[in-house]
Amino acid sequence: MAIDALHCKECRAEYDLGAHYVCERCFGPLEVTYRHAPVGDVAAVRRRIQGGPQNIWRYADFLPLEVQPGPSRRAASRAGLPAGCTPLVRADRLAERLGLGQVWVKNDAANPTHSFKDRVVSVALARARELGFDTLACASTGNLANSVAAHAAAAGLRSYVFIPADLEEQKVLATGVYGTNVVAVNGTYDDVNRLCTELSAEHPWAFVNVNLRPYYAEGSKTLAYETAEQLGWETPDRVVAPIASGSLFTKLARGFEEWLELGLIEGDVPKFHGAQASGCAPVANAYASGHEVCRPVKPDTIAKSLAIGNPADGPYALELARRTGGSIDAVTDDEVRAGIRLLAETTGIFTETAGGVTTATLAKLAGRGDIGRDERVVVYITGEGLKTLDAVRGTFAVHQVDASVDSFAATLPSAVTA
Amino acid sequence: MGVTVSIPTQLRGVTGGDAEAQVSGGTVGEVLDELFDRYDDLRDRICEDGGLRRFVNVYVGGEDIRFLSGLDTEVADGDEVKILPAVAGG
Repeated sequence: MAIDALHCKECRAEYDLGAHYVCERCFGPLEVTYRHAPVGDVAAVRRRIQGGPQNIWRYADFLPLEVQPGPSRRAASRAGLPAGCTPLVRADRLAERLGLGQVWVKNDAANPTHSFKDRVVSVALARARELGFDTLACASTGNLANSVAAHAAAAGLRSYVFIPADLEEQKVLATGVYGTNVVAVNGTYDDVNRLCTELSAEHPWAFVNVNLRPYYAEGSKTLAYETAEQLGWETPDRVVAPIASGSLFTKLARGFEEWLELGLIEGDVPKFHGAQASGCAPVANAYASGHEVCRPVKPDTIAKSLAIGNPADGPYALELARRTGGSIDAVTDDEVRAGIRLLAETTGIFTETAGGVTTATLAKLAGRGDIGRDERVVVYITGEGLKTLDAVRGTFAVHQVDASVDSFAATLPSAVTA
Repeated sequence: MGVTVSIPTQLRGVTGGDAEAQVSGGTVGEVLDELFDRYDDLRDRICEDGGLRRFVNVYVGGEDIRFLSGLDTEVADGDEVKILPAVAGG
């Protein structure tokens, strides 16, 4: 088994592979470490991955489980709600609109519950079962609640999902339908998170992003693995990804770095560009001010899935953007709406507000001249537009006609003469 | 009477298992100092360079002290101060 131990990211103290997430010595976050054997035959490992299941378990050797639902366990790899293997779309019309050379859109809305969260929940659920838990829980800005509820239903586990009370109705409905216990907390996501941190000490539950967070976060690495595999075992030059807690952002880098270290892919660690909404931009603010830690904020943005005012991995996201020569930008709610439209009109992909933040940030980087025409950029679209319909309401006109050719011709004369 | 400090499970190894402590003090900083006097090893766990470590959250009445006055935040008899890990969520 490649999984080795938990280590503190701050002081390197070692812990056993249980449901721990905080270092008792310095309060730093714990992270899974592995002992990978050196890769002798790169082509053979690549072929094994390519011959694996069409979901994240094709990368099971790099995930923190004791019993792998991977290539040699085909039945297990198809059970539940398999996530991953989402499209990487070459977006030439988007690139052209922005004056860029090569833009690719990783459409992770194409997951079972329509967000990247299915990756992290799949890994957390599998580890929760290995550790003997029978109840899943989470603190969520919406997408995670959808995913935990669905995956728990598929696996026959109980679940409790905690969300801020002001969440989009679509996300609440798309969660409750799975028969979970939806708990709407009067407060912000950060209040929800604090409550769940306290509850995780009281209840023997697997809070996927609290006591199981070291395992859960590893699931995001599969987005990097997939990107590299889909690009022909190469890294992109730059990535643009949203930052809420900073977990996805930093684990994307970890994924590329692990495979580069093992010699499985060609290239360098990409330049990492983070995207936040200006109504909740603790990481972008710290980046602009040259700070190493984030000052928490009270969120006020339509990008509710990114509305984390006190981001756990903020310091690491800052370090990553600086180390790779990237950046962290913030965009206004109007730019978010425009970003949703831009992506939809040029790629046919309808994203939620988080994807609007990411696309708007790509547009900002392009406008600033930060991206060379010879560079390959991957943009991470993490969620589905149908979950945040209010963001596009009123942004276009509907042509109202009677059911007659004359009425149509009178209402849309340009269509008739065209 | 005094201020109640709630201690997270991860720190109870240095508080002899105590989950709560009653202490006095007019500010969060004074409350923590008294707590550190009582439990020798606690200071190093959550403080460095005279301030709180970066992955420690402290709340008074449910509010993060960084939205108040930090360690200078005033506390009164009956208030509850909570220490929690900051590495959850997302």
